[in-house]
Amino acid sequence: MSSGPLLTVRDLGVSFTAEEGVVRAVDGVTFDLLPGEVLAVVGESGCGKSVMAMTLMGLTRFPNARFEGTAHYKGLELIDAGEEELRRIRGAEIAMIFQDPMSSLNPVMRVGEQIIEQIQAHEGVPATEARERVAQLLDRVGIPRARDRVDAYPFELSGGMRQRVMIALALSCGPSVLIADEPTTALDVTIQAQILHQIQSLRDETGAAVILVTHDLGVVAEIADRIAVMYAGRIVEQGTVNAIFYDPQHPYTWGLLGSITRVDRARPERLPAIAGLPPSLADRPEGCHFRPRCPHEFDRCRDVPPLVARIDGDDDHLDRCWLPVEEKRERREVRPGEIGLGRKPGAAAA
Amino acid sequence: MARFVVRRLLSMLVVLFAVSVLTFLIFNVIPGGDPALRMAGRQPDPAQLERIREDWGFDEPVYVQYLKTMGQLFSGELVSYSTQQNVVAEIGKRLGRTFSLAIGAAIMWMAFATALGLYTAIRAGRLSDRLLTILALVGISMPVFWVGALMNYYLGFKAGIFPNGDYVPLGEDPLEWLYHLILPWTALSLLFIGVYSRVLRSNVLDTLSEDYVRTARAKGLSERRVLVRHVLRNSMIPIVTLWGLDFGAVLGGGAILTEAVFDLQGVGQYVAESVDQLDVPPVLAVTMFGAFFIVLLNTVVDIVYAVLDPRIRLT
Amino acid sequence: MEERLDSVLPEGVETAVRSDALEETAEREHVAGVGPWRLAARRLRRDRIAMGFGMVFLVLVVICLAAPTWATDVAHTGPLKNHLTDTVVVDGERKDVVSLDGVPIGPTWQGEFFLGADTNGRDTAVRLLYGGRNSLEIGVLAALITTVLAVWAGLLAGYARGFTDAVISRSLDVIWAYPVALLAIALGTALSLQGLQIGPIEISGESKLIPILIIAVVYVPYMARPLRGQVLALRERDFVEAARAQGAGPVRIMLTEILPNLSSTIVVFFPLMVANAILLEAALGFLGVGVRAPEPSWGNMIGDGVKHILTGPHLAIVPGIMLVATVLALNVFGDGVRDAFDPRARIHLEH
Repeated sequence: MSSGPLLTVRDLGVSFTAEEGVVRAVDGVTFDLLPGEVLAVVGESGCGKSVMAMTLMGLTRFPNARFEGTAHYKGLELIDAGEEELRRIRGAEIAMIFQDPMSSLNPVMRVGEQIIEQIQAHEGVPATEARERVAQLLDRVGIPRARDRVDAYPFELSGGMRQRVMIALALSCGPSVLIADEPTTALDVTIQAQILHQIQSLRDETGAAVILVTHDLGVVAEIADRIAVMYAGRIVEQGTVNAIFYDPQHPYTWGLLGSITRVDRARPERLPAIAGLPPSLADRPEGCHFRPRCPHEFDRCRDVPPLVARIDGDDDHLDRCWLPVEEKRERREVRPGEIGLGRKPGAAAA
Repeated sequence: MARFVVRRLLSMLVVLFAVSVLTFLIFNVIPGGDPALRMAGRQPDPAQLERIREDWGFDEPVYVQYLKTMGQLFSGELVSYSTQQNVVAEIGKRLGRTFSLAIGAAIMWMAFATALGLYTAIRAGRLSDRLLTILALVGISMPVFWVGALMNYYLGFKAGIFPNGDYVPLGEDPLEWLYHLILPWTALSLLFIGVYSRVLRSNVLDTLSEDYVRTARAKGLSERRVLVRHVLRNSMIPIVTLWGLDFGAVLGGGAILTEAVFDLQGVGQYVAESVDQLDVPPVLAVTMFGAFFIVLLNTVVDIVYAVLDPRIRLT
Repeated sequence: MEERLDSVLPEGVETAVRSDALEETAEREHVAGVGPWRLAARRLRRDRIAMGFGMVFLVLVVICLAAPTWATDVAHTGPLKNHLTDTVVVDGERKDVVSLDGVPIGPTWQGEFFLGADTNGRDTAVRLLYGGRNSLEIGVLAALITTVLAVWAGLLAGYARGFTDAVISRSLDVIWAYPVALLAIALGTALSLQGLQIGPIEISGESKLIPILIIAVVYVPYMARPLRGQVLALRERDFVEAARAQGAGPVRIMLTEILPNLSSTIVVFFPLMVANAILLEAALGFLGVGVRAPEPSWGNMIGDGVKHILTGPHLAIVPGIMLVATVLALNVFGDGVRDAFDPRARIHLEH
């Protein structure tokens, strides 16, 4: 991947003025998205990951929202772009797959029509041609009898089929970036795997970069190249899949990894959980936000740790924790190999 | 579909039956409504009263009277107690006026309410929304006959911009028809614009927070298209139900006050005058006629609803 | 939109963040938050427009209650007293209260005949205030009766279901199928002639109770239908199930378990019901079947004014403005109450 990043996000912040005060949903988020890669944004619900994703498309539309920072996409600044510029980007350049396929499609419109609508919003394609393209798209995302399903209403399709329609919709204009916001959460387990593989193989075919927003590390392990862990509006750790899984630096990441269960191991007595609760976004602790829940807290944690590379020789692995790297490796209970994914550290050059 | 229509027709018959019985009871069981007394005029002599009772069948049991009256209604032979005119023919004469009022007003209130409801929803929480919402409430808070009377007085009588009352049939002169109906349409619409725009506003607000609207925006559609194709279309579906019912009510003579204040001589005014005379046959006929339209439009509305929303199955 | 963690089941390397943390968050917010009533009251107090209009309504009520004071101390006349042949001094000039060709005097903006006189030479301002008392009384009482009837109809139909529900719902449908004005005038005409006899209770045709009862009955379906729907949903809830398991009888469950959950709906409905009742009283007054003349109400004053609009437009305008102000104040305030219980402008952080 020699070409530069497709999307460059720097110090992105989103805050809302609410009854309880100012809510900082996204705070100083910085990352690059390279062409063709899958970046997973992981965190508990309410950590700001979905707001971040929506903001990139200019779809955080609350009148009480305030934005900071920059997000460059192909020479365009997304954060303060005009509505018309964003409109041309949406669907055509950056497309989105939403969490709940049950409610994300207009219930009273035929699915084909809903996809044609997007194609015609961006390309001057005649209706019959657009229709043909929709049939091919539906076929490509694995919908049986695709040609007949063009005229189906969403309620006539199952959840998995609807999510495939959403994927077809997202792909219809050949976007460079695909943002998938919890694309499998609302689906049955067996369907989840199918949808993930679908997204993965389409990434391989089209070369689109994917931002996968999820709280599910299992999903991440399957298809992500890089991971950004978010906590209370901030990215607390960022790195390749292997780096995060085998050499996690932030205590919050340890907690996340520790709460994964594996069926190929004996079930522990009690699933380890992160003690305490995530802070309210309106009233977060000073310094490191994870401080109140962190067993390793010390004096410096009162200052906000910067998101920087702290491991020698790995400039891509960033984290926000003041603990020295050596101490972290000693203290974490999750040791390399224990939560293995079948791959060994450094085995795959990510 | 066929089953649905049959079921609806059956329940329509039941409702019509109940409405007719209720109307009949209101006027016959409650004492003082003795039509013979009224027909005989001042100081009737007992023999005359007796004769009238016998002639009109008032001496028979209530249910016999009811059945007779209904029989006459359906064979078109029913005559008024007070004027002795044929009731069905009288309704027929007034039908055009009531239809004209209903159709024009229904279009007017729907158009204005849609624009107002959509606009206030998009501007929700801002000053323009709050002011327009209060304006809509003013529309709901004004008695239609009061607004109508003031309009007639100031715009018709004093300023002479609009004709004062009167009615010109559509077939005679469409422009004059329109000109003469503008004030009644406006007066009647004000109330409905208030109600509909508020219902639509809250529907639009609900729809705006739907996931599929977010999807529509993420597709890169223009805001206009998002609003019209996705938000408005889905928000209008429940309004159509409301609209059908109110249209049916006005069509069936429900706009009594509007008709009376503009002296439109429609079906509603006819029933109001008949009630005043305790003249049961016209009241019975008009209530049946009105209930028929209400139930009929109810059915039509359900079918339209199912067409607009493919998820609805008619059962 | 809540993230649906419950649907994530372990499969291979699965299950991410433990969901109990999330549940605890929800619980904490619930405990920390105040009850829905206090929350609604707080929101209502912060809604300046609604509170302002609520104050307007209260002021109007107080003014109407002060009718006797105005009548005896300022206008020196009563609501029913004719001054057909009297004169009044306006700006040092002596004028007929009602001119020889029957035109009543307009507003004098002084104590006597402040808002002019009607065609019978009665003081409009005095009648307006006394009429307001009647209109408000009818509005509030009718709304109260509607509420009681509608709550019972809704509770019985929704809780008993089956045959009882069918009977109640179809009866409501029949009332519903009548245009409101038509049903009201039909009942009004019929009842005002002879009055009403329910068992030992006899109501004379001239009593204010006649319009009150008519208005109350006509509006029952509008309130009973939504309540029935709510009861249908509530009766399936766990706490009702629990009460039933403890052996509570249906009446007890209806009153102690279900009714309290309907209370916010009832509170939201009530001001709007009063507003509608006042409007319907006006319609009845206009058609001559409401409050009996010579007793004033805003409705029959407007009706009278509309008849004489060419000779004295103030006779229609004055009671009309009073009525619109009252109904509007109630509607805006009622709107605020509804918004306070069901705010739509909530901010969703996570989509």
